[in-house]
Amino acid sequence: MSDSADKRYNASQRKVYSRRSKTLLYFSGHWQFYLMLVPPIIYYAVFHYKPMTGLVIAFKDYNMFKGTWASPWSGLTTFRYIFKNPDFYRAIKNTLVLNVLNLILGFPMPILLALFLNELKTGVIKKITQTILYLPHFISWVIIGGMAYQIFSMTTGIVNNALNAVFGITVPFLTNPGWWVFTYFIISVWHSIGWSAIIYMSAITSIDQEIYEAAKVDGSTRFHTMFFITLPNIKNTIVIMLILQVGTMATIGFEQPLSLQNSAVMSTADVISTFVYRVGTQNAKYSVATGVGMFQSIINFILVVGTNTISNRLTGQGIW
Amino acid sequence: MSNGVGLWPVEFDITAYKVVFNNHLMVRSLWFTILLTVVFVGLTMGMTVMTAYPLARKDLKGRNIILLYIIFTMYFSGGMIPGYLNIKELGLLNSFWSLVLPGLISTYNMILMKTFFSSLPEELEESARIDGAGEFTILVRIILPLSKAMLATIALFYAVSRWNGFSDSVLYINDSRMYTLQLRLRQIVALNQSDEMINDTPEAKASLIPETVKAACLVFSMLPILVIYPWLQKYFVKGVMIGSVKG
Repeated sequence: MSDSADKRYNASQRKVYSRRSKTLLYFSGHWQFYLMLVPPIIYYAVFHYKPMTGLVIAFKDYNMFKGTWASPWSGLTTFRYIFKNPDFYRAIKNTLVLNVLNLILGFPMPILLALFLNELKTGVIKKITQTILYLPHFISWVIIGGMAYQIFSMTTGIVNNALNAVFGITVPFLTNPGWWVFTYFIISVWHSIGWSAIIYMSAITSIDQEIYEAAKVDGSTRFHTMFFITLPNIKNTIVIMLILQVGTMATIGFEQPLSLQNSAVMSTADVISTFVYRVGTQNAKYSVATGVGMFQSIINFILVVGTNTISNRLTGQGIW
Repeated sequence: MSNGVGLWPVEFDITAYKVVFNNHLMVRSLWFTILLTVVFVGLTMGMTVMTAYPLARKDLKGRNIILLYIIFTMYFSGGMIPGYLNIKELGLLNSFWSLVLPGLISTYNMILMKTFFSSLPEELEESARIDGAGEFTILVRIILPLSKAMLATIALFYAVSRWNGFSDSVLYINDSRMYTLQLRLRQIVALNQSDEMINDTPEAKASLIPETVKAACLVFSMLPILVIYPWLQKYFVKGVMIGSVKG
């Protein structure tokens, strides 16, 4: 072996050795971190990834006694059934109607609230107002549903009693399909307006105070300051929140509609999640319910990834 | 007024509350939910810290792969029915653990905690590491005592979600001994079982209408939140503030 080749051989050996010892050194310092991560990784495998493999039953004729894997394949029969089912389209339509309503009319509300709360300077009043406004976020949907049925009852509800006393009319707030959408929207706003305002208020506190002083010197009025100085300065937060909300267009949680709906209003109140629940657990059509859920999951995933990409392009910020 | 029910309460009467507290099913559900919430918060906090602490270290090899593995589950899931069948296959239906294990880590809360951990100065750990302390010791002795406010915030998020949540108990629990307070409430409010409750308390039979008992049940289960919430509000708000900073 020539001298130079020998040197090269030694150098490469040293490199291999040192790389290996670096790895060893790294693990001797870090193995405890990996040990900590073992239970979480198992948790995600058992309770998140394993159910994803359960999606195959959408392509099978699921038989309770045979289990997921032994049930016979059925190809696209389930989806053919779903796409012929009028209740499926009704659930999609209802989900979209409620979400679009919430986006167009509901989205600006917490922003306005944050702007007005920002104008409240006194400590105690501001604090009490905030406490009252955040509270609904912590009340369960069962309780809200129960309260709603008491408050909006046609015969004993406080709202209808007041309407009756003043105008001599009663309104079927929760039993007429059209009115139900209205009531659902009002309750949604009441539930989330305060909590959603927090994020805008924290954005407002980070605005440079000098701008406000300059505005004051220039004789800007309060409303002018609110809408032409505060609002443009939280534009980025607004854009991100808007994009995030568009990403949830295909989803409505299960607990809110379930607590507020009743058999008289299913034509507008049955959303995808409650439809899946009914078909799956009450009618025991597991394959159909899984298929509908899968359809929703995929649409949802596309929307979230899509809106996040747009958000990153436009504002340089997103969820990841 | 249409039928004698006015806008303002006529007289103060606590019979309805006697009915609620006399009802052993309601009280049983209360204790069950308290136990469930305590166990749930203990285990979820342990798991969340164990996930967030290693992942907060930028030098951890494979960190991005593990994060992707975890965050993917926020945006795609098997959905309600495969989740139900999974619990069934694991033999957890109608068990205490079906209300604990599926929610052991809330990915959102975990990311809040990770963001917080990565904002702590590294020098704190370095000196302990030089003294030869293991990572578990550093976590328990140095990091966690510094994170009390953050831990309280996340623990409250978990506690409230467990106390208020009922979609899992609707799906997984049939045995009425394991009804959570919210599920019991749902039986009473939505499925009209308040008449039986009234019959359990003889003195109430004459004077009470189901609506009053329902209202009493609603107040009964809202009480714990109403009592603790005003004192802890600042912690909740802190959680949202941390969440608004991208980590």
